[in-house]
Amino acid sequence: MILGYAGKFLEVNLFTDKIKEVRFNDDVLRDYVGGRGLATKILWDRLGNKWEKVDPLGPENILLFLTGPLTGFFPGGRICVSGKSPQSNGVVGSTVAGEFGVELKCAGYDGIIVTGKAEKPVYLLIKDSDIEIRDASHVWGKDAKQTVAVLTKECRNLLKTRFPQKGEWKEPAVLYIGPAGENRVRTAVVAAKWTHAAGYGGYGAVMGSKKLKAVVVKGTGPLPEVAGMKRVKQLIQAVCEDVYEDDLWRRWGTGAAGYEVGAKTSSEPVRNWQEEWHDEKSYGVDQFENRVWIKKYWGDFGCPTTCLKVAMVKTGPFKGAITDNPDYELQAYLGPNLGIFSPEENVFLTSLIDDLGLCGIQTGNVLGFAAELFQRGILIKEDLDGLELKWSDAEAFATLARKIAFREGIGDLLAEGTYRAALKIEQKKKADVLKYAVQSKGISIGAHGIRSGKDYPEILSYACSVQGGDHTSTACLPLNDSRSELIMIFHDSAVYCHFNIFGIPRKLKFEFYKAVTGLELTQEEWCNTKALRILQLQRAMLLLGGPDLKWNPKIHDENPPRFYEPLPSGPCKGKAVYKPRFVRDKRRYHEAVGWDENGIPKSETLRNLGLHDVDKVLEKLR
Amino acid sequence: MTTKKEPIWIARDLAKCSGCRKCEIACSLFHENRIWPEASRIRVFMLVPGADFPHFCAQCEDYPCVQSCPVNALSISKKTGAVLVNAEACIACGKCIDACPGRIPHMHSEGKHILICDLCNGDPQCVQVCQEGGWNVLKKVPRKDYAYKLYARTPEETTRDLAVKMYGGKAEEFL
Repeated sequence: MILGYAGKFLEVNLFTDKIKEVRFNDDVLRDYVGGRGLATKILWDRLGNKWEKVDPLGPENILLFLTGPLTGFFPGGRICVSGKSPQSNGVVGSTVAGEFGVELKCAGYDGIIVTGKAEKPVYLLIKDSDIEIRDASHVWGKDAKQTVAVLTKECRNLLKTRFPQKGEWKEPAVLYIGPAGENRVRTAVVAAKWTHAAGYGGYGAVMGSKKLKAVVVKGTGPLPEVAGMKRVKQLIQAVCEDVYEDDLWRRWGTGAAGYEVGAKTSSEPVRNWQEEWHDEKSYGVDQFENRVWIKKYWGDFGCPTTCLKVAMVKTGPFKGAITDNPDYELQAYLGPNLGIFSPEENVFLTSLIDDLGLCGIQTGNVLGFAAELFQRGILIKEDLDGLELKWSDAEAFATLARKIAFREGIGDLLAEGTYRAALKIEQKKKADVLKYAVQSKGISIGAHGIRSGKDYPEILSYACSVQGGDHTSTACLPLNDSRSELIMIFHDSAVYCHFNIFGIPRKLKFEFYKAVTGLELTQEEWCNTKALRILQLQRAMLLLGGPDLKWNPKIHDENPPRFYEPLPSGPCKGKAVYKPRFVRDKRRYHEAVGWDENGIPKSETLRNLGLHDVDKVLEKLR
Repeated sequence: MTTKKEPIWIARDLAKCSGCRKCEIACSLFHENRIWPEASRIRVFMLVPGADFPHFCAQCEDYPCVQSCPVNALSISKKTGAVLVNAEACIACGKCIDACPGRIPHMHSEGKHILICDLCNGDPQCVQVCQEGGWNVLKKVPRKDYAYKLYARTPEETTRDLAVKMYGGKAEEFL
């Protein structure tokens, strides 16, 4: 047995209410590690031969909550949520911070595999090896803050009643969906606490389609045994000391970027990416700090950074709205992207998005897309149920966000996400609106543009990623670069927060892996074999796609049209992606990862990695 | 400054707690050589998001837990002032939990004995990590003749206070 793992997974069938334990042999864990890698393997093995027919929102989809060997040990605990994505029709490893992964491992499980669909709303309660599927009718329809309050109290009371000898029970960890997930909105999140979200992939909708409102877990055991505890302690200390030295993320959180990424790097979405520059000092992090922060450091298990802050609006029409920083992505997408430059309005919209169980990035993107169509007269007031969707009108955007979460009126169309909504609007209006859709393969682009060339993503980042617009999983060359998607696969498979690795030596994460598991792993081996194998599997399932949409690499390994328009303002005015360079780099990337001229993984590549069965299935795409 | 010779106390500024739980990690590593949140003598509660705080022994001046123990498994360290648990003698009856005004002692996950902060023999590990990270929720100070018992509050009581401090009237919705 490999150390660092609890050694077993829980499989829950919501059709039959049957619960069983499953184990993976050491070879599988050695190759696919956990989290995103293992999700890819499980999904391929179980659904690969019928992938195109599997409806991501149908009962045949499999929903996964997976930890990795480093979860709980590497500072900054997370959990990886996965399944067939209702956004990309491929696989996304979507991670969310919080105590859930640690509680699950302490309960004795490395992950949860959910199959089937419940007849009525349920939630899963796990207390060590006691597992129960419980009625969730009373929390169905409740927003994030209500859901957390009710389930925390209810489950804690159950634990107190059942195990009174323990003394006071700490709260269990909860993963849940809000109304958006219940209504199978494709931009719905799986959430933790009030503000933490696994957004990319749209797994909130998958959870909703299974009528699974929440998973609640309390583990009372220790984290699994490791190969070298002394070494693990040293490595934890090394990571923490590095973080303490660079105070940036600790002091201001990612929200410092709400002003900076616009003003300094010209890569922030402004009015649906019509611009990427702004110099609105009203949006400086100091304004957020002084006016809305009520807690300066807020973090999750073992995290030295604690980049979150708690914010609450104190005065004005949005008084009482509560959320975190907001972090950069939500500051951008629910701020400048909608023409909003006021901390209070941004906190209000972020708080609402949290409450509805929507993804701030994906929903902020579709709201901006709709507003641009309104600006251009393509969508008119009548199309928007009487709403005047003007830039910077926070109330109007809030109304539309509610409509999306409940799939009311125009919200039902926009609940399909930017790309699918664009296709439908195009049919209805006979206008080219795809050029305003800033997304890649069904997944909206994170709030980091590529035109200025001053931010971290590059011209290939989104177009060639197996997770589309996901800004936490971007493609680049060379493949062993620390920003390469192959390295990001490591974070998501060992499952820890990649925000704690910026300053540490690159090999430290592999040393950490060894100290926990006892297995040698070099970056070279990771990039050349294991990560490449996971990448090919993700690519294969992404290209198989279906049932509603399929991706053709010739067309869809591409940047959003907007990124070819020159930036209209700011110090980087005139900059855009240069198409011939993109075409050249894309060819190079395809070659480097072993894909043919059509972007399909080559037989040779797959066979060298032992993926003969994948090769056979992909035959039909060649 | 405190020396190892005099009794100490851990001063606490709960509202500053980030909820990072490094204290739980440090405590369980020191006492169990495992990362084991539920076996940590200091536990961070988050009954309301944002209102995170460490819940651990206040070393009350009259030590009601020690007095309540039917088998004399609890004693007071002369050196540090901490409550010491004789794990072998403890019968896991839970009387000390009921005697504690803050219901702070909790049973070890293996169910055989109670867990109470022992101040790590004068060098509390939780304080160390909390200070290193600059959160400064916890601080080691000399023990004085103060009403430490005030700090022995139940998780519900402290949660209410902190939630109201943070969220004002809105707190009622989350409690």
